[in-house]
Amino acid sequence: MSLIKEIDYGTPIRISETMVTLTIDGQSVTVPKGTSVMAAAMSLGTKIPKLCATDSLEPFGSCRLCLVEIEGRRGTPASCTTPAEAGMVVHTQNDRLATLRKGVMELYISDHPLDCLTCSANGDCELQDMAGAVGLREVRYGYDGHNHLHDVKDTSNPYFTYDPSKCIVCNRCVRACEEVQGTFALTITGRGFESRVKPGPTDFFGSECVSCGACVQACPTATLMENSVIAMGQAEHSKITTCAYCGVGCSFKAEMQGDRLVRMVPYKDGKANEGHSCVKGRFAWGYATHSDRKTKPMIRKSITDPWQEVTWEEAIGYAASEFKRIQAKYGYESVGAITSSRCTNEEVFVVQKLVRAGFGNNNVDTCARVCHSPTGYGLSTAFGTSAGTQDFKSVVKADVILVIGANPTDGHPVFASRMKKRLREGAKLIVADPRRIDLVKSAHIKADYHLPLRPGTNVALINALSHVIVTEGLLDENYVRERCDLQDFEIWARFIADPKNSPEETEQFTGVPAADVRAAARLYATGGNGAIYYGLGVTEHSQGSTMVMGMANLAMLTGNIGRDGVGVNPLRGQNNVQGSCDMGSFPHELSGYRHISDDATRNIFESLWGVKLDDEPGLRIPNMLDAAVGGNFKGIYVQGEDIAQSDPNVQHVTAGLAAMECVVIQDLFLNETAKYGHVFLPGASFLEKDGTFTNAERRINRVRQVMAPLSGKHEWQITCELAQALGYEMSYTHPSEIMDEIARLTPTFSGVSYQRLDELGSIQWPCNEKAPQGTPLMHIDRFVRGKGKFMITDYVPTEERAGPRFPLLLTTGRILSQYNVGAQTRRTENSRWHQEDVLEIHPFDAESRGIKTGDLVSVASRAGDISLHAEITDRVQPGVVYTTFHHAVTGANVITTDNSDWATNCPEYKVTAVEVRRTNHYSQWQERNNEEDKIMRRIATDHVEAAE
Amino acid sequence: MSDAHTSHTHQEQAALKLAKMAGQIESFFAHYPEEKAISSIAEHINKFWSKKMRQDFMAAYEKNQSALTDLVGKALPQIRH
Ligand code: SF4
Ligand code: SF4
Ligand code: SF4
Ligand code: FES
Repeated sequence: MSLIKEIDYGTPIRISETMVTLTIDGQSVTVPKGTSVMAAAMSLGTKIPKLCATDSLEPFGSCRLCLVEIEGRRGTPASCTTPAEAGMVVHTQNDRLATLRKGVMELYISDHPLDCLTCSANGDCELQDMAGAVGLREVRYGYDGHNHLHDVKDTSNPYFTYDPSKCIVCNRCVRACEEVQGTFALTITGRGFESRVKPGPTDFFGSECVSCGACVQACPTATLMENSVIAMGQAEHSKITTCAYCGVGCSFKAEMQGDRLVRMVPYKDGKANEGHSCVKGRFAWGYATHSDRKTKPMIRKSITDPWQEVTWEEAIGYAASEFKRIQAKYGYESVGAITSSRCTNEEVFVVQKLVRAGFGNNNVDTCARVCHSPTGYGLSTAFGTSAGTQDFKSVVKADVILVIGANPTDGHPVFASRMKKRLREGAKLIVADPRRIDLVKSAHIKADYHLPLRPGTNVALINALSHVIVTEGLLDENYVRERCDLQDFEIWARFIADPKNSPEETEQFTGVPAADVRAAARLYATGGNGAIYYGLGVTEHSQGSTMVMGMANLAMLTGNIGRDGVGVNPLRGQNNVQGSCDMGSFPHELSGYRHISDDATRNIFESLWGVKLDDEPGLRIPNMLDAAVGGNFKGIYVQGEDIAQSDPNVQHVTAGLAAMECVVIQDLFLNETAKYGHVFLPGASFLEKDGTFTNAERRINRVRQVMAPLSGKHEWQITCELAQALGYEMSYTHPSEIMDEIARLTPTFSGVSYQRLDELGSIQWPCNEKAPQGTPLMHIDRFVRGKGKFMITDYVPTEERAGPRFPLLLTTGRILSQYNVGAQTRRTENSRWHQEDVLEIHPFDAESRGIKTGDLVSVASRAGDISLHAEITDRVQPGVVYTTFHHAVTGANVITTDNSDWATNCPEYKVTAVEVRRTNHYSQWQERNNEEDKIMRRIATDHVEAAE
Repeated sequence: MSDAHTSHTHQEQAALKLAKMAGQIESFFAHYPEEKAISSIAEHINKFWSKKMRQDFMAAYEKNQSALTDLVGKALPQIRH
């Protein structure tokens, strides 16, 4: 194993249909028009010395190290800024160039501390490399003049250090922050010799910096350096793996010393991220080795007992015997499992197999139930498949971007950077969100329309947009005629044209001025390629599925499906939401979205698995919890999920869990749900796993193990052993065998294997005989279901309404530095950016309640109440309050209700009627939870040894 | 006695919840012609509700259709149980 180093072409690779041929150092080379001479040379393997250029950034031409001679041209042009032209004859090395380059290097070095031996970049420094490349042997100018050698370091960021004494002012960091990340946090202050990089008038931590790490990566010297490298030194080998946080699914090089992780560096050839990252994937991996990790199996008879550490055999044996006892006593349907979108496809697949083949029922559901299940229902109804239509790259061709109920800069930061780049190039932007999210206005970005709708009125808004397009004749008639079911379209068109769907009529519900809705509709319909990106602000509503179909209607109506730059794109919350759904985690369907009642499909599984499968749909998570409270559901196997924090109406969830007789938790930590657990099976972090994740683009990426599982077992192995203990034979020697089984059973995966993934890097499903390379864009010539289906999407207001008792509407969301329930990010330095969940409230609502920023306030709904600190901001509109749910101690989901989507039971997290008032104490639930935290997580000290 | 009483309330509550869910399903399909709406409601329930949920639902409402919204009531005969 060695360190993986991508080739740096020096300037971006251009795409062009026109090719040009030139000669470099006597060799002929053909490159796309627009390619620089530097990149053309590199494509021959000729490295022209460079400092200010790197291929993630546009050329800048400041260092003058990359000079070349071009026959017939005067002087020595910079090869990074000179485009290759047909017939050019270029010389990259001769005495004259060597002398010039040495001179340049001398100037740089004369203001540089030459402490290479003790420098953190030693061994990975472009300045050092260039000194070597140009043969620098002496520096004539001396080091005694004016210099920056004693400039003070900025160590305010927890993950990297800025050491200005090593800065060569190549501007790469500034440009990375602008071009790659799009934050514009850095500038060069001062002129000439005085010039230095600055994060505005403050330090890095206090600045606009979002700690994405792009500048650190772009820095050619030790000026911006990861603290982990400063502490540990350079890595000696690396492996390509996939981030385990959000649904963007960024590829990283895990750079290692032995089995110690030194740093995570975004991988340039990763198709989802193309070399970029966010603070979570890049830096927030410390949780993987956090002291809170539980690495020994544990059991207990009752949730009031302390946990007892036991051997694997005991833990698995106990869980199996309990499940068997429960099934014998309460019936085969009295147990089930929840799979996790944080686990790999292979791990998820074996859990659902355990349920169907080992438990003999279909009571398996996944956390996607509570986030994107309406996406599955809505998109498969309209288009015939439960997935987004595009790859991320498609956004570079979008002309009008419609962002609905998503906050990409916080939730999907790396995709947001791509989107912002396109917006800076001139694409138009419509944001539909109750809150003024960052995209509405941030550095060099301004939404053309922000439609600040009231929570719960998405469907009224989407109908109004379609109404305008239909009634103003802005639809793409040819597309509809050719591609869609006309009968359905006609029924729908009559419905949508009804004046009740007009912007003027729906304004009373949405609160959005009709004129803005009309203008936004016209822009989307006529502005070129229209692309919709949406998140949980769409799905987590009582009409979540309706809204997904409403967006599909809008896209079909305007012909915006089936090519680059368009589409309906769910931004998935967790890394493997798409995958866990694909793997047959839903109680009604087998892998590849085939209904369990379909005899032919079931037969294929039955013959391979050697068991008879139940042909009836099983219970969904909310149904399981209802049945538990009702006394009919008694045992659950929870894989890497924390439903006692993440699911709505926590008190109902915990009542359900408390009513069960066997709760098996497989996780890294003793999470909130584990407080109700009887068996704890220690899980593995993504660094300890081999497998695959599937991101929001349907892209299957490899996850590669870089260290051994701390618990001694792989998660898929644990599941297999549990199945065996239940009496069902299930065994594999490597996760690739599980993927082979998935491929054999699932037509959309039939071309997928680890070997193929290694060859192609990643694969977007469907991947089969028809599409051996995978499928970046869906529905190109026809929809998967044949004709696109328009569905009637009548607006039905949610029952959850503001009234005299609960006059405000609470909506929830995430922020950049924390991730979902925070189990991972709270155990990293990311918490320095977000130490607690706060309640955002509009000045108007705050004033009438006598609330000031920083006050402790109580938020009460019909489900429960909690207390948290208030922050007054006009980001939220009057009548709406907002919080995050990253901290278990806050208990944000104590107040959310068990209202849910009509089609999928996806909870309505995004609308809860509440009242807010000042208080001086925490809520009863919070006090009790605090106490329970201590009691229900006790671990007996007389463990294994004593037991053995 | 009190146990029987509690489970009875649970059952009632559970039935009410199922009726609410069915009502939500109806509100989506209500805009289609009646026959199609009824079959779509039944199909949705057959496809996504477990057998026990459907049985509990039928047990609670088969003889008490008037407690359900109109189209859900009409869909009952098409629900598998
Ligand atoms: S930044 Fe590079 S050239 Fe400068 S001291 Fe460190 S290793 Fe040497
Ligand atoms: S870490 Fe990212 S946001 Fe911060 S200064 Fe560097 S490039 Fe900009
Ligand atoms: S954008 Fe998502 S996948 Fe990429 S590094 Fe950040 S959390 Fe990980
Ligand atoms: S690399 Fe071309 S001028 Fe710096």
